[in-house]
Amino acid sequence: MAALWRIRALVIKEFLAVLRDPRSRFVVLVPPLIQFLVFGYAATFEVSGVRLAVLDHSRSDASRRLIARVAASESFRLIRTIDSADLIPALVDRGEARVVLVIDESYARDLEAGLSARVQVLADGRNSNVAAIAIGYLSEIVAREAAALRPEARRVELVERAWFNENLSSRWYVVGALPATIVMVVVMLLSALTIAREREFGSFDQLLVTPMSSTEILIGKAIPGIVFGMAIAAALLIGGIYWFGVPFRGQVGTVFLTLFLFSLAIVGIGLFVSSLARTMQQGLLGAFVVIMPTVILSGFTTPIGNMPGWLQRGTLANPLRWAVADLRAILLEGAGLREIAGSIPPLLAIAAVTLSAAAWMFRRRSS
Amino acid sequence: MERDPGQEGETIAAEPRAEILLEATALSRSFAGRSAPALDGVDFRARAGRITGIVGPDGAGKTTLLRVAAGLLKPHAGSIRVLGAAPGAAARAGTARIGYMPQRFGLYEDLGVAENLDLFADLQGLPFHERAERFAELLELTDLGDFRARRAGRLSGGMKQKLGLACSLLVRPRLLLLDEPTVGVDPVSRRDLWRILDRLVAAEGIGVVIATAYLDEADRCAEVLVLDRGRVVACAEPATLRHRVAGRVRLVEPRPGCPPRVLQARLEELPEVRDCSIRKGRLRCLLDQETAAVDRLIEGLPEVASSAVVEPTFEDAFMAMQESRPDRAGAATPIAGLASAADEAMIAVEGLGKRFGDFVAVSAISFTVRRGEIFGLLGPNGAGKTTTFRMLCGLLPASDGEIRVAGRDLRRAPGRARAGLGYMAQAFSLYPHLTIVQNLRFFGRSYGLGGRRLRRRIEEVLDEFDLRARRDEDAGKIPAGFQRRLSMAAAVLHEPEILFLDEPTSGADPLARREFWARISAFAARGMTIVVTTHFMEEVESCDQVLLMSRGRELARGSPDEIRALARGPKRPDPGIEDAFIALSEGEVVVGAAAPEARP
Repeated sequence: MAALWRIRALVIKEFLAVLRDPRSRFVVLVPPLIQFLVFGYAATFEVSGVRLAVLDHSRSDASRRLIARVAASESFRLIRTIDSADLIPALVDRGEARVVLVIDESYARDLEAGLSARVQVLADGRNSNVAAIAIGYLSEIVAREAAALRPEARRVELVERAWFNENLSSRWYVVGALPATIVMVVVMLLSALTIAREREFGSFDQLLVTPMSSTEILIGKAIPGIVFGMAIAAALLIGGIYWFGVPFRGQVGTVFLTLFLFSLAIVGIGLFVSSLARTMQQGLLGAFVVIMPTVILSGFTTPIGNMPGWLQRGTLANPLRWAVADLRAILLEGAGLREIAGSIPPLLAIAAVTLSAAAWMFRRRSS
Repeated sequence: MERDPGQEGETIAAEPRAEILLEATALSRSFAGRSAPALDGVDFRARAGRITGIVGPDGAGKTTLLRVAAGLLKPHAGSIRVLGAAPGAAARAGTARIGYMPQRFGLYEDLGVAENLDLFADLQGLPFHERAERFAELLELTDLGDFRARRAGRLSGGMKQKLGLACSLLVRPRLLLLDEPTVGVDPVSRRDLWRILDRLVAAEGIGVVIATAYLDEADRCAEVLVLDRGRVVACAEPATLRHRVAGRVRLVEPRPGCPPRVLQARLEELPEVRDCSIRKGRLRCLLDQETAAVDRLIEGLPEVASSAVVEPTFEDAFMAMQESRPDRAGAATPIAGLASAADEAMIAVEGLGKRFGDFVAVSAISFTVRRGEIFGLLGPNGAGKTTTFRMLCGLLPASDGEIRVAGRDLRRAPGRARAGLGYMAQAFSLYPHLTIVQNLRFFGRSYGLGGRRLRRRIEEVLDEFDLRARRDEDAGKIPAGFQRRLSMAAAVLHEPEILFLDEPTSGADPLARREFWARISAFAARGMTIVVTTHFMEEVESCDQVLLMSRGRELARGSPDEIRALARGPKRPDPGIEDAFIALSEGEVVVGAAAPEARP
């Protein structure tokens, strides 16, 4: 009972310290907001407005119809029509055009003669991703044009239908998992700074001579980080749903259960780093050393399935991996408790390990 | 501290035409974010061939004045000429003949003594062919010749200061500016530093300007500038200032068996007594004015054996210049509680030792502190007193020996044992972004106080420590004096049985130190046991028991009287604690049969 009272005192103090210190307030509010907007608007895999140049040797109705079809697509922006192949290298080198569409002189003639006509695409391969996607879009447009020209031709048609994300919006994919990533950054920074701050301000000894045990101190230090993390996650979910139009098909309870277990694991890492650090700067540095690989190995931006096998197995110990997968499942699929149950034991296990490590390091460094 | 008669003001007054090296006229300087200016119309001169002291309470503007003179800060108003030019101009021209030693001299701790000298010679452009000779001179002067290769980080505090001084002397300055060079330095090194300064002034005729927190040092200066809140309070020879309070100082001998602290509390109740401090077991009183009535009053006190008029020191003169008497909150508490200083041992230490790897920081320390006692841990930096202190409050595990605090083993029942302890760290160490009241609430609650009791205690300490006016201000933004009082308030909020204070008066001005000791005495009188570390030798006079430490070992232990008695001899008929410390640490006196161990 007395222990609970002391923990409560520490929690109140921690909240006051974070909210009254302009620097801590900044850590809690500004980076999440910036990350939310940056990821929401900028982190998209869709390719649109690719700069396109056209070299039309055919100069026919048929070629103009094809060019009009391409230019009308949102994926391309026609920036120039050129009349000599000599201009192409300079155009691509300077990056003025990413893609050049070259239409053969015989294009219209061949079509009329019932032969297959040839269209060439030159793409700037320096950005392989954009080049590949742009070529894919272009061949699709060309195929549609061919189909329009010869509707009677027999062919196999692929009817696409993407489940859960009908428009294949990569924003849903990114923003849906964003709360987990941002919560990690906030919780990690808050907890990584909390003990280091006491050391730097010299208040650590003052805290250690109180009747508080090291377990009480760690609990008191962990709670504010988790609470701030949950509050920010809630704000980000609401922002994602109402601002970016991400669907919410699951239940609030499952989202917060996942995020809570995830925060526990992160708080453990943060407190471990903080116990180790002598100064706030060291704490901050330590937090970033952990944050970078954790994000990259989480499947947040690049699919885990593309990683080498040994690395894929390594991601099983990454708490963010589980949280990202759960959030996407809950938001986009409407997964319930039963569907995410598989990630609860690993999250619990990771939290148990990180929290024990933090307690061990804290005891080691405080006596 | 013995006084060289040649340093007396009268001698210097005979040649007041010595060249003026530094002249400030109506100098002002303020800092953003602080309403009061740091310097406010200061007129000041320093001449060649003499030491000019700058004294004043914290925040008086001592450091600002020195920094302006060194060309590091620009004045906002008024003018200053150093060696006939604007400060900083000579430095830029590369012809600087000014040495400046800031409070923390930037020695390169990983370099050796000789390497540091070399580096500073490079920085100051000392020609190569002059170096060998100059280095030898300076190493001889500072007595560091045997330590050429030792890393600066491994030097003692006093040796570091001497090396810093040597580095500032490389270019043979004509004017030397020193900012509190003796703070935190052990008495032996402090004496050495002053000898060096005296030699420099006598042999090379340079001018020295020295800011100091030690008022006995001001007495050694040819002229003293007294600053307070950026203004000049006085600027004169120490003798002139001392003369102003002639006849107003009494040395009062307590009746045998009466602790000096008890008599001090009694004397401070008299409104005519401006200041009263314990010196060598006697009470030194500064009276508001000299009247026979006050003398009769003092001599009539039951605790007084005798009273005599004595020559004033600079400290008396300084105290007389202060506008108000130091706050004596709590001093009025009945001192009857002292009688309950039963033989109950609150702290028992046996064979205490601490090793860090190969390094023995503390070894074979034993002592007992009884309820209501003030126990002083005394020694220079690096003597092991902070290590001992940290082991006592459970912040550091002991390598050897046993510690029982309030009857409990701190290692086995830490939480419960700590509940009865109060702790005040050396530097301000509360939460800067929390207000005074929020800080108090947190510490109260973490010691299990709550509800009405917590509210009542907070109200009490707000009054007791005079914090009410700023109760809702951020602790990080209140003046240092308030921060110190807040730290102490937080430490005693839960009414601990034992109070640990680590260098509570470090960096505090004489007024704040007096105020502090008045409070500590009052707490002890109420039955609180107090353990305090300090490097101010005179403060030990207020302790009941003192442990003198040097190099991790006990040098002597006992009451201030007993410690002084160790050093008494034909050479020193009336030694102070500082004399005793010097004699003991230089091996001149060895603790023998009369040592405190022989006490019952």
